[in-house]
Parts: sequence; C-alpha cells; structure tokens
Amino acid sequence: MADPILSLRGIRRSFGPVEVLHGIDLDLAPGKVHALLGENGAGKSTAMKILAGYQPASAGRILLDGAETQFHSPHDGESAGIIMIHQEFALAEQLTVEQNIFLGRELRKGLLLDKARMRQLSREYLARVNSQVDPDTLVSRLSNSEKQMVEIAKALSRNARVLIMDEPTAVLTSREVEILFAQVDALRAAGTAILFTSHKLDEVARLADRVTIMRDGAVVHSGPADQITEDGMATAMVGREMSDLYPAKPGIPPGAPVVLKVRDLSVARYAQGIGFDLHQGEILGLAGLVGAGRTEAMEGLCGIRPKTGGIVEIKGTPVTIRKPADALAHRLCYLTEDRKLRGLLLDMPMRPNLTLQALADFAGLLIDRKAEDKALDQAIQDFDIRGSRTVRVGNLSGGNQQKLLLAKIMLSEPQILVVDEPTRGIDIGTKQQIYAFLRRLAAEGHAIIVISSEMQELIGLADRILVMRAGRQMGILSGAALSEDSIVRLALGVSDAKSAAETAPEVPA
Amino acid sequence: MSDTTAPPRRGFTLPPMTVIGPVLALVLLIVLGASLNSNFLSAANVTNVLARSAFIGIIAVGMTFVITAGGLDLSVGSMAAFVAGLMILVMNAALPTLGIGLPLVLLGMGVALLAGLCAGLLNGLLITKLGIEAFIVTLGSMGIYRSLVTWLADGGTLSLNFELRRFIRPIYFDGLFGVTWPIIVFALVVIIGEIVMSRTSFGRHAAAVGSNEHVSHYSGISVARVRLVTYVMLGLLVGIATILYVPRLGSASSSTGVLWELEAIAAVIIGGTVLKGGFGRVWGTVIGVLILSLIDNILNLTSLVSPYLNGAIQGVIIVLAVILQRGRKASS
Ligand SMILES: Nc1ncnc2c1ncn2[C@@H]1O[C@H](COP(=O)(O)OP(=O)(O)OP(=O)(O)O)[C@@H](O)[C@H]1O
Ligand SMILES: [Mg+2]
Repeated sequence: MADPILSLRGIRRSFGPVEVLHGIDLDLAPGKVHALLGENGAGKSTAMKILAGYQPASAGRILLDGAETQFHSPHDGESAGIIMIHQEFALAEQLTVEQNIFLGRELRKGLLLDKARMRQLSREYLARVNSQVDPDTLVSRLSNSEKQMVEIAKALSRNARVLIMDEPTAVLTSREVEILFAQVDALRAAGTAILFTSHKLDEVARLADRVTIMRDGAVVHSGPADQITEDGMATAMVGREMSDLYPAKPGIPPGAPVVLKVRDLSVARYAQGIGFDLHQGEILGLAGLVGAGRTEAMEGLCGIRPKTGGIVEIKGTPVTIRKPADALAHRLCYLTEDRKLRGLLLDMPMRPNLTLQALADFAGLLIDRKAEDKALDQAIQDFDIRGSRTVRVGNLSGGNQQKLLLAKIMLSEPQILVVDEPTRGIDIGTKQQIYAFLRRLAAEGHAIIVISSEMQELIGLADRILVMRAGRQMGILSGAALSEDSIVRLALGVSDAKSAAETAPEVPA
Repeated sequence: MSDTTAPPRRGFTLPPMTVIGPVLALVLLIVLGASLNSNFLSAANVTNVLARSAFIGIIAVGMTFVITAGGLDLSVGSMAAFVAGLMILVMNAALPTLGIGLPLVLLGMGVALLAGLCAGLLNGLLITKLGIEAFIVTLGSMGIYRSLVTWLADGGTLSLNFELRRFIRPIYFDGLFGVTWPIIVFALVVIIGEIVMSRTSFGRHAAAVGSNEHVSHYSGISVARVRLVTYVMLGLLVGIATILYVPRLGSASSSTGVLWELEAIAAVIIGGTVLKGGFGRVWGTVIGVLILSLIDNILNLTSLVSPYLNGAIQGVIIVLAVILQRGRKASS
C-alpha cells in the first residue's frame, strides 16, 4: 500500500466528562476508498470531523503525509486539501446554490464579484453530478436529495486530496447513488483518498477497498474489503450474531377490518386521486421516486398541509382533518422524514422533545416532570437511545436522533401510523429492531403506512405496496407481485407492468 | 457506551455562566450600592427601587413570553401611555354619574385591562393571521398609540380630576404589611409567570414555537394560537402595569412610557432569554429588571458617575449579556 496521506494515531475525544473516542487509528491512502462502519453513536462522525479539522481531538496525533500536524479549524483542513461532506446538511439555506458552492472563496474581478464566471462554473460542477438544479435557486427550496447532490458538487469542485463523506447516500435515490459512485471511481483513479460511512452494507461491499469498523468509540476491525462479508461487517458492528433482517409476514387475516379508507386524496401541485384501504394489522408500503409526492400526499392526509380534495374514513366514520391536532385526535400520526428541520427541537434536550406531541398526557394544570422522566427512561430503554440526556439533541448522533423521534411519535399512541423513511441513517442492528417493532405494532392491531426510498426495505416489510409516480397512484402491488422489478416499472411508468397490479383501488360501493 | 446514558441525577456542578452571570451582576451591584451609600439598603430606598421596577417588570414578564415564542413587541411603551390616557378620560367622564368611589375605580381598571387586551390582540392578529413581521407590526402600532395619546391629550397632559387622584393614590402608595401594591402585584405576576413558563404546557409550547415552528406544527401545536396568546398576555400585563402607574402621577401625556419597550426587552435579554426565541426564563427577567433599576438608583444616590451616563452603562450591560448568551451556544 502507498504511504497514507492522512492518519489518525490514538485519537481520543471527550465531550464534557464523557469520552466518545477511545484511541482511534486510521490510515487514508491515495487512490483508495475507505469505509468507516459502526452503530449509531459509535463515533464515526466525530472521527471524521477530527480528520477534517471541524473538531479538535482531546488527545492523540494527526499525521499529514507522515508528519504530525494540527488543524485548528476546517479552514486548516481545507488548505491541506481535506474536504468533508457532513451527515447533516451544512448548506446555508437562505443563499442560492451558486453562493453556497463558492461560499468563502468567491471569485473576484477587481473589487467586485465575478458572478458570470461563478455561475458558469457552478453549472459545470452540477453537470458533473448530472444535477438539473439551477444555480440561482435558493437552497431552502431544494429537496433533500438535491441538497445532497449540491453538497457533493461543491466538494468535487474543490479538488480534494482527501474527500470525507459522512453518510452521503442516506438521502439519495438509487440513480443519484450511481452518479455519486461513478464520481468516486473517477476520483479514486485520480489518486484521491476517500473515506465514507454508510449504513447500507451492500454499498460498502461494492465501493470500498478497505473497511474499518468501530464499536463504542474503538476500532474493532480494520482490513481489506474483500476479506470480510456483509454478514461479517454486521456482526462486527453490532457485536452479536445477526439473524434475519426482516420479520416474518403473517399476512393480513381475511376479514380484517378496514381502519383507514382514503378516496381521491389530492394535495395541490403534489398528488391527485390517491385511494386505498388500510386494514387492521397491515403494513402498507408507499414506493416511488423522490418527488413522486408520497410525503406530500401523506402530509395532506394527516392535516400537516392543506389537502385539496378527498374523502377519509377512519373505522368507517368519515372524518375531517384540517390540522395535525385533528389527526392526532383520531390517533393518526405522521413521522417526518426530516428529523432535523421538522422532527426535533435541536436546541433542547431529550425530555421536552420526547413529550412535545403528547404533552397533554403529562400535564394537568402543571407538567408532571417525574412522569416525563419516567417516560424518557422507558423510551431510552425501548428504543436503545444512546447519548447524554442533558445535552441538546442536535448533538446526538444522527441515528439516535431518529430513534428519539420514533419514541416521540409512539408516545401519542397512534392507531394508524404513517412513517416516512423511518430507518434513514440508522445502523443495521437498530434497523432490524425497528422492523421488528413495526411488525409487532401491526400484530397488536395497529395499521401502518411506510414510505421508503429503499425498495428492499419495502419489499421486506410491507404486506402491500402502493406505487406513486408524479403525484399519481400507479397501482397497488401485493403477494408475488412484490418485486423490485414491478415497483420500478410502475414508478417509472412503464406501461405493461400495470396488468400485474390492481391498478385502481377497490371501488367504493 | 452505557455510561453516557446516565440517569438525570448528577453530582454537584457549578451552574453555567448564563445562570450565575446575571445573579452575580445583581449581587455585585447590591454590594457596590451598599458600600457607596448607607441609605442604599434602607427600607425606603428598597421600596422605592422595587416599586419603580414594578411597571417595567410586569411588562417584561409578558415580553419574556413573546420573545421566547419567537416574537417581539415594540409597542408596549406607547400602548401603556395610550391605555393610561384612555383610563383617565373614561374615569373623568364617568365621575359625574358614578361619583368618587370603588365603582369608578373598578370601571377604570376594567377599561385599562380591556384596552390592553384589545391592543395585544390586534398586534397578535396582524402578526399571526396576516403573517407580517412582528418588528414591522409593532413598530407601526408603537407610532399609532403614541400619536393617539398625543391626540387625546391634545398635545398636552391628560390629568385625573384632583379629588379622584387623591382617592386612588393609595393604589400606588399603600399596601399590605408595609409592602406596597405595585410590589405585591409584581411579585404575583412573576410567580405566576415563572410557573406558567417552566411548568405548564403553554410555556413549553411557547419555547417550542420559538425554537422551531415547523417542528411545533408537525407535533400538533397550533403555532399561530400560541403566538397570539403571548401578545394578548403582554397586552393584559401592560393594562395591569398601567393601573398601578396612573395613581402615581394621576396623569398621562405623550411622554408617558417612552422607551419602556426598550427597557423591557433589555431586561428580558439580560435575564438570559434568547432573543431569537426558543428559551426563556421569567426569573431571569426579574433579575434583568432589578439590574437596570439598581444602576439607575446607584447613579442617582452617589456622585461617582454622572446619572446622565445611565444609558451608556445599561448599553454595556446589554451587550455583555448577549456575549454571555453566545458562550452558551458555543459551549453546548
Ligand atoms: N457536541 C457534542 N456534545 C456531546 N456529545 C456529543 C457531541 N457530538 C457527538 N456526541 C456524542 O458522541 C457520540 C458519537 O457520536 P457520532 O455522531 O460520532 O456517532 P456516529 O457514529 O456518527 O453515529 P450515526 O451513525 O448515528 O451518525 C454520541 O454518543 C454522541 O451523542
Ligand atoms: Mg454520524
């Protein structure tokens, strides 16, 4: 192996009294792709931030080209050619795409900004990742996956010697993942050292030359990628033997009552004519490409955004849902895909976050803090949330934020649960727990709708799958028709797949 | 890493600077005041300082809620002047029919409360229903109330009937067990405010809305209603403050309540409430109010620094408080 460009030796890192990295060693070599794996909260993001200068280490050495160095800021890292793409977006929402790409190194012509040139270069960078985004758009208007592609374009534009990517694919569609991987291959061929994390082990097997696995802040395995199987990775990460990822499907018993009946649901600009029956004990998957209107349709159903039409019946009674509180009153609950901007109050600790939605259950005249604490104890145990309960939840690892969000939603005891990308950024061991948890809920008589961009997840978990394309319902697949192939056909609108599916929902009598 | 999931009980650690900072500043001021002037700790002076703090203090408690929920209200000073003017006009007008007595006083109080409530409601509705920036709306209503009171007073001063003034003076100067009414009401408002902020759903919701309105909306909280209620509450508290204020001088003019809004906002910020919303504490606001009044009081009692520099010293303290807040963000 060529000499590493960047190395960590015995790196430790503490937050207050808690040490989260206990002496990490890591080597990044030119022209090699290195995967960093580990459970939620294992310390991957923290290690990466130390590598790129976003955080100082508490102890240990950083070697750049074999010589000990110190990064006092991300700027130092960048000057050394180290570029990092963060797990959570680090774009300025109120600036345009172009302003973001050139943030901090704007091009000038004399005293003035050279806008024409920056715009043209932005277009070129975006073209490298096949992104259609206009450089003049405000970042706040982009979808999550578009934002991520902008981040990637921005990073690629900086000609990095070392490129660090923290869960770059978590919010990407499979097509975008392909584009990213092609760029990674090109960078590898050009001699860039690349480090990335992912909870999708198939990606790791495909892309990585080397794999390092962390558990509880320590490295437990490091070696060539072709000497470890996906199962081996999972076992090393979790520290125990992994059984089947998806729980068995008992099937919807015949005659199970319909708990949610939706007809002709429309949400302006995003979705029209959505209709389905959801049975007690059923898990219904919602598939489609990003932008197909799945999230918007379900937000319309749950009163989060206005719906422009449609009939909703819960347990046979027509209901009017105009605001989220109405949906909650019918024990219909939506778990957002965007935990950072819509799910959690990042500046607050766990307790107020957990009880925010179900606060009425904890308050007569006054809030019963003891009961809240008890609920938090329970949630931490049930969902295996790791991290300090006094720290702001913005400082929890991404996966633990997701678990807290799930716990928060479950606290309002939903009968009908709509979960949007419930396992985004979650490690494989916890994923298994969440799947089992959802299936157990269904078995207890709840009804669940799962939106996911991971087709394998939907196929493994759902009893039936509703496929949407450009705001329209393309069909509902069930039984043997639940295959990646038929979902893709419907999602892309390839016509002959329609015969394989019941295209229209059961027409109301 | 089970050790990071430690139970909430922690060993004793020094509270963070944002908590001790304002308390420390207050203690220092008291020590300074006492060492400079022997009258400083006399009952008369303490009562004087507290009673004068009461007006701004009562308003600042309401302001704490507005700011915590992510809003702002610049109109409270002129609102107080307007409410005072209205109260005086109505009481003078009803004097012939009702005569001097309790009913007339109750009428005046009712008018003040109602006017404050309506003024707060108006601000709140414009901000939440029409979606106009709080800064713009309340900048506008600040001008409107100020000009209305000037118009009501015809450019001069509105005065209560002389006999009537004598009759209601006790509201400001009397009290229970030697504690005057303004201080008693201030204390009650603070205690209730602190409980509402830290122990009720409404307080939690206000902080949530100020912290992130999207998250609050998704959690089933009516963001507009929470905000609206904070403005109405503030309006009501302005009404209460005015009821205590009018008996003191028995008059209102275009210069009544000038700069109260800034003092109230300053007290809130010095007390550790976050200006952009999401975190508020009523007890901190009380300390903020006391700090501002004590500086004024000490400058007046001693000849150390010219009282004309009061504004400059307060300005320095406000900036220091904000720097402390930034420390809070960076360290967390
Ligand atoms: N600023 C901080 N203050 C306190 N604790 C922190 C801070 N940043 C991270 N931690 C803690 O450090 C631990 C490691 O977090 P890190 O984000 O590195 O995990 P991760 O491996 O990236 O997990 P994930 O897969 O969920 O992203 C977690 O327990 C987290 O709560
Ligand atoms: Mg991470």
